Amino acid sequence: MDFSAFFTPGTEIFLIWTSIAKTIGLLFLAVLPLVSLAVFAERKVSAFIQDRVGPNRVGAPTSLLGFDKDLRLAGLGQMIADPIKLVLKENFIPNSVNKFYYFIAPKLAMIPPVLVLAVLPFGSSLFGVDMVIANVNIGVLWVFAVSSLGVYGIVLAGWASNSKYPFLGGIRSSSQMISYELSLGLSVIPVFLVCGTLNLGDIVKWQVQNGWLIAPFWPQGFDLGRAFSDPKMIWDSIVAGFSFQRLLLAVPMLISFFIFLVAMFAETNRAPFDLPEAEQELVGGYHTEYSAMGFALFFLGEYAAMIAGSGVIVTLFLGGWSLPMVPDGSAGWFWGLVNIATFFAKVCALLFVFIWVRWTVPRFRYDQLMRLGWIWFFEIALANIFLTAVILAFIKR
Amino acid sequence: MSLILFWIFAGLMLLFGLGVVLMRNPVSSAMCLVVSFVGLASLFFTLDAFFIGIIQILVYAGAVMVLFLFIIMLLDLKAAPARKLNVMAWTGSGLVLVGFVALMMQVVLGNPALHAAMPALTADYDDVQQIGLALFTNFNFPFQIVGVLLLVATVGVVVLSRKELK
Amino acid sequence: MALVVNRPKLSLAEKFYLPALFGGMVLTIRHFFLTLTGRKKTTMQYPDEKWDAHLPEWYRGAPTLVTDEWGRERCVSCQLCEFICPPRAITITPEEIPAADKWAKVEKRPKEFEIDMVRCIYCGLCEEVCPEQAIFLRKDYSITGYSRAEMVHNKQKLYELGGLKTGVVNKWNEKK
Repeated sequence: MDFSAFFTPGTEIFLIWTSIAKTIGLLFLAVLPLVSLAVFAERKVSAFIQDRVGPNRVGAPTSLLGFDKDLRLAGLGQMIADPIKLVLKENFIPNSVNKFYYFIAPKLAMIPPVLVLAVLPFGSSLFGVDMVIANVNIGVLWVFAVSSLGVYGIVLAGWASNSKYPFLGGIRSSSQMISYELSLGLSVIPVFLVCGTLNLGDIVKWQVQNGWLIAPFWPQGFDLGRAFSDPKMIWDSIVAGFSFQRLLLAVPMLISFFIFLVAMFAETNRAPFDLPEAEQELVGGYHTEYSAMGFALFFLGEYAAMIAGSGVIVTLFLGGWSLPMVPDGSAGWFWGLVNIATFFAKVCALLFVFIWVRWTVPRFRYDQLMRLGWIWFFEIALANIFLTAVILAFIKR
Repeated sequence: MSLILFWIFAGLMLLFGLGVVLMRNPVSSAMCLVVSFVGLASLFFTLDAFFIGIIQILVYAGAVMVLFLFIIMLLDLKAAPARKLNVMAWTGSGLVLVGFVALMMQVVLGNPALHAAMPALTADYDDVQQIGLALFTNFNFPFQIVGVLLLVATVGVVVLSRKELK
Repeated sequence: MALVVNRPKLSLAEKFYLPALFGGMVLTIRHFFLTLTGRKKTTMQYPDEKWDAHLPEWYRGAPTLVTDEWGRERCVSCQLCEFICPPRAITITPEEIPAADKWAKVEKRPKEFEIDMVRCIYCGLCEEVCPEQAIFLRKDYSITGYSRAEMVHNKQKLYELGGLKTGVVNKWNEKK
C-alpha cells in the first residue's frame, strides 16, 4: 500500500487525517486540560483573593509507592481529583423529570463551546499545516450561530427538571443570552469594517501585519535582529507605522473590546451576570436537579464556554497567536509551537481576568442587567459602528 | 462524498420535519424543528453556501426557535391527546397529497435548467463578499426598505407592549 | 428630633460605576499577590500546624479524672458531677472502699466512671461542682473514634488522660 498520499499536502486523505488529528489534539491535549486547570485556578485564585490558602493537599500519592510523604505539588492533583469525584458520584434522577430532555440537556450545554473551537486559529502553522480545524470565510458568524445554540441546553434543563428554581433559572438565562447576543454581534462589526473579512484566520493575519486591534500604534517593518546594528531602522519603522487613522481607530476598538468582553461574561453566565444560577435566590438555577455527570457537564461546559469565548476575544482583538517580532510557523516548527503556546497563554491570561472579575464584582440585579444590555451596550455598540465607519471613510491616513 | 452527505442531511431534515407534525408534546415539536433547521443549514453547507447556512442557524435555530420554546414553556401546554383515526380525512388528504406531488414533479422535471450541469465554483469564491456586494449595489433600495420596515415593526411592538397604553 | 437621612448625591464618576469597579479590581488583585507571595498569612493549616502551644491556661478540653501525690484517685463517687451534667454524659458506678485499704476512711470510690464524649459539651460544670477537685478539663480537644462505644471514656482512659495533679487541696491525708 502506498502511504505517500498521507503525507502529501493537498490530497483529500491528508486533509482528513490532519483535521482529525487537529481536532483530537485541540480537544484532548489543550482544551480539556485547560478546563480542569480553569476549575482549579478558580478555586485557588478565589482563595488568594480572600486571603485563604485554597486546595493545596491533593498531589502525587507517592506514599503508595513506598515513600515517606505524599508530594503535594501545591494541590495540582485537585485538577484530576475534581472530575474523578464528579464521575464517581451517584447520578440521582428525580422522579418527576421529563427523562429524555433531562438527559439530553447537559450534552446540549457542552457541545456548542466545543464546536466554537472548530473555527479558531489556535496557531499559525505546523509543518505546513494550518493550525485551524475549519478555515471558513464565515468564522465569526459560526461562533455566534453555534454559541446561540447553547441556550437550548439551559432552557431544556430548566424545563425538563419540572421544578420551580431550575425553571426560573432557565427563563432568566434564555432572555439574558438573547439580549446580550445583540451587543455581542454589534460590537464586532467595527472589527469587520477595519479588517474587511469575516475569516478569523485572515483577521489574525491582518493583525500580524497591522498590529493588534486594540493597539493604537504599530511599528512597520521592525526587525529585532537589526535593531542594534541599524538604529535608524527603528525610527523608520515608527514613522512608517504611524498613522492618524490608526490612532483614532483605537478608540472604537477599545469600546468594541470592552463591550465584547462584558457581553461574553453575560453569554457564559459568569459573575457578575450569573443570574441563571444565582445561588442565593435560585438554589442552583437550571442545574439544581442535576447530580454527578449531568451536573459535571454543565459545570465543565461553562468553563469550556469561557475558554472558547476567551479564544474568540484573543483572536479578534488581541492578535490571536501573534506576538510582536515572533515569526510564524513558516519559519520552522519551533516557531509554530511558540505561536500555539502564545495563543493559549493569552487565553489563560483572559481566563484569569474572568476569574478575577468573578471574585470582585457583585451580581447585577435583573433589571440592571437588562438595562445595561439594552439601553447602554446596544446603543453604544450601534454608535460605535458609525464612529468606525466615519473614521475609515474620512480619515485616510 | 458530498452525495452521501446530501442524502444524510436531507433524510434528517425530512425525518425531523415529520416529527414536528407527529409529536404530541409541543416542546418535542419545537426541538424537532430546530434539528430540521440545522439539517437544512447543513444542506446549504454542502452546496458551499456557508453564509446562508450559518444565517439559517443563527436566525432560525438560534433566535426564533428559542423564543418559540420560551413561549411554549411559559404557556405550559400539555401534550395533545391522541385522536381516533378518521378514515375519510386521511383518504382525502392522501389524495390531495398525491396529486400535489405529481403536479410538482411534472413542473420541476420539465424545467430544462435542472438538467444542465452547474458550473464549478472557483476555489477563492467568497460568498459573504458576493452577498454583501449584491445587497449593497443592485438591491440597495429594497434592502433599505426592508430595514425601514423592520424598524417600523420594532417601534410598533414597543408602543403596543407599553403598559400605560389605553 | 426627627432625623432625616438624605439620599446621597452621586457624582458622575460614581454614577458611571466604572471607577468603583476598577478600584475593586485593584483591591482584589492586591490581596491576590499578597497571599500568593506569602506576605499575608491568615490560615493555620490544621493537622500540620496546631495551636497546642498557644492554648490558654483556662482552655476547656476533655474532662478527665486525676490522682493525687499518693496515687489515690481523688474522686469519692459523690455523683454531684453526674447530677449537674447538662447533657447527662457522666455515669458513675460507686463502690465501697474495703476496710483493709489505706484510704478506708474515704469510704467511697468509683467502681466505674464513664463520660460519653459524644454527649459532652465541654461546659466545665463538673469541674466546678466537684468538692474533691477530682475532675478537671484538660487541653485535649481532638476526641475521635470509629464508633459510639469508642467515644465513651471509661475510668482507665479518664485517668490516663488526667494523670497526676499536684498543688490542689489534700483533705484526706494522714494528718487529718
